[in-house]
Amino acid sequence: MIPNLVGAGLIVIGAGIGLGQIGRGAMEGIARQPEATGKIQTAMIIIAALLEGLAFGALFLGR
Amino acid sequence: MKSRISSFSALYFTLLIALLPLNIQASGMSNIGENAPAQQEEGAVDTQEKISAYIEHHIKDAHDFHLFSYNDSEGHRKHVGFPLPVIVYTSQGVRAFMSSEFHHDDSGHHVVAKDGVSLVKYHEKIYELGQGEDHLSFDADHHPENAHAVLDLSITKSVFGFLLVSLLLLFGFRSLANQYKKRSIPVGFGRVLEPLVLYVRDEIARPNIGEKHYKRFTGFLLTVFFFIWASNLLGLTPLGFNITGQLAVTFTLALFTYIITQFSGNKDYWKHIFWMPGVPAPMKVILAPIELLGTITKPFSLMIRLFANISAGHIVVMSLISIAIIMKSSMGVVGATALSFALSFFLTLIELLVAFLQAYIFTMLSALFIGMAVQEHDHH
Repeated sequence: MIPNLVGAGLIVIGAGIGLGQIGRGAMEGIARQPEATGKIQTAMIIIAALLEGLAFGALFLGR
Repeated sequence: MKSRISSFSALYFTLLIALLPLNIQASGMSNIGENAPAQQEEGAVDTQEKISAYIEHHIKDAHDFHLFSYNDSEGHRKHVGFPLPVIVYTSQGVRAFMSSEFHHDDSGHHVVAKDGVSLVKYHEKIYELGQGEDHLSFDADHHPENAHAVLDLSITKSVFGFLLVSLLLLFGFRSLANQYKKRSIPVGFGRVLEPLVLYVRDEIARPNIGEKHYKRFTGFLLTVFFFIWASNLLGLTPLGFNITGQLAVTFTLALFTYIITQFSGNKDYWKHIFWMPGVPAPMKVILAPIELLGTITKPFSLMIRLFANISAGHIVVMSLISIAIIMKSSMGVVGATALSFALSFFLTLIELLVAFLQAYIFTMLSALFIGMAVQEHDHH
């Protein structure tokens, strides 16, 4: 039980760091090139979704 | 007239959402008769374990459509809802009956005898008792030992919701399609659907699959997009549906993406999987199994993502609703209900966004995977 909870915490920490990196990259990109906002947002959502799939997959398997 | 009906239904649903915490609270406060059987305690949620059980019960599929329960003036437990058909394939053939014959029993006590087959329902699974057995017994791990599971083809709550969504979509899109025969601009609800259809076609299918092939796959992408979106939205109504939160549903959706991707893959796609061009030969041998596994992990992550997102959303909304019961003693009934209403209201607004976002992401990634399979590489 406890290793599961620690693992879940580690997964969430990792996913949080990853999401932060994605968000930072997207923000910087938009600030540099506001006209590319739409494309950057789409790419950002796709990458975030892939990351989310990974994190949820890990949480699901470790349940 | 039309707008009046829709505003009425909107008002009705808002009221239902607002009253849901109060409902649970009311049944939590009312006392259960001393000699009430064990099954009557279900629904009277006032402890943490019971709330967990209640949430787990909601997340799982059910054989009857259960809206809410209450205790009448004589202390009897009353269930409001309607039964759904149970269709099972047993060792003696197919048996079909209404789920009301189980009398809301989920503990395996109530035995339904049907032409020589004894059936019990335990944790929303239907078991067939062995020959000559008259009750379900359990081994040390609480698994049924004198019964075996049957092939369950019942119209469960999720299947019912599935059919409901399909009918709604069929109705909505048929009327939209028929409108184009008479006029070029749709009216009414078609005005909501048309931009979404164009969005899926022009922003999801066309850029990801490519100008040459996108028309073949737009139908599939539109179907999954609107099916997932409508199911997610239906899950947010207080009717208790959890369609896209069922692993079986998301598995089937992901399986469609998998099959379509593999069967529309061209020569280049398979070449990139089995014999990656442009890398040294030993690397090609290492890459082949990885790429082959990659074809499965992509739809697998689609399945897990949708399932986990919707399940997690439902669990959090129900937990916030349960604040009204848990905090009742420390904050008072009004304070706890107000807190739980405010939190669950705002979370439900976020869930509205998630409902759209998950449908978008599923469609987007499906289009991306299909696009990878059909795109033509121009080798320099």
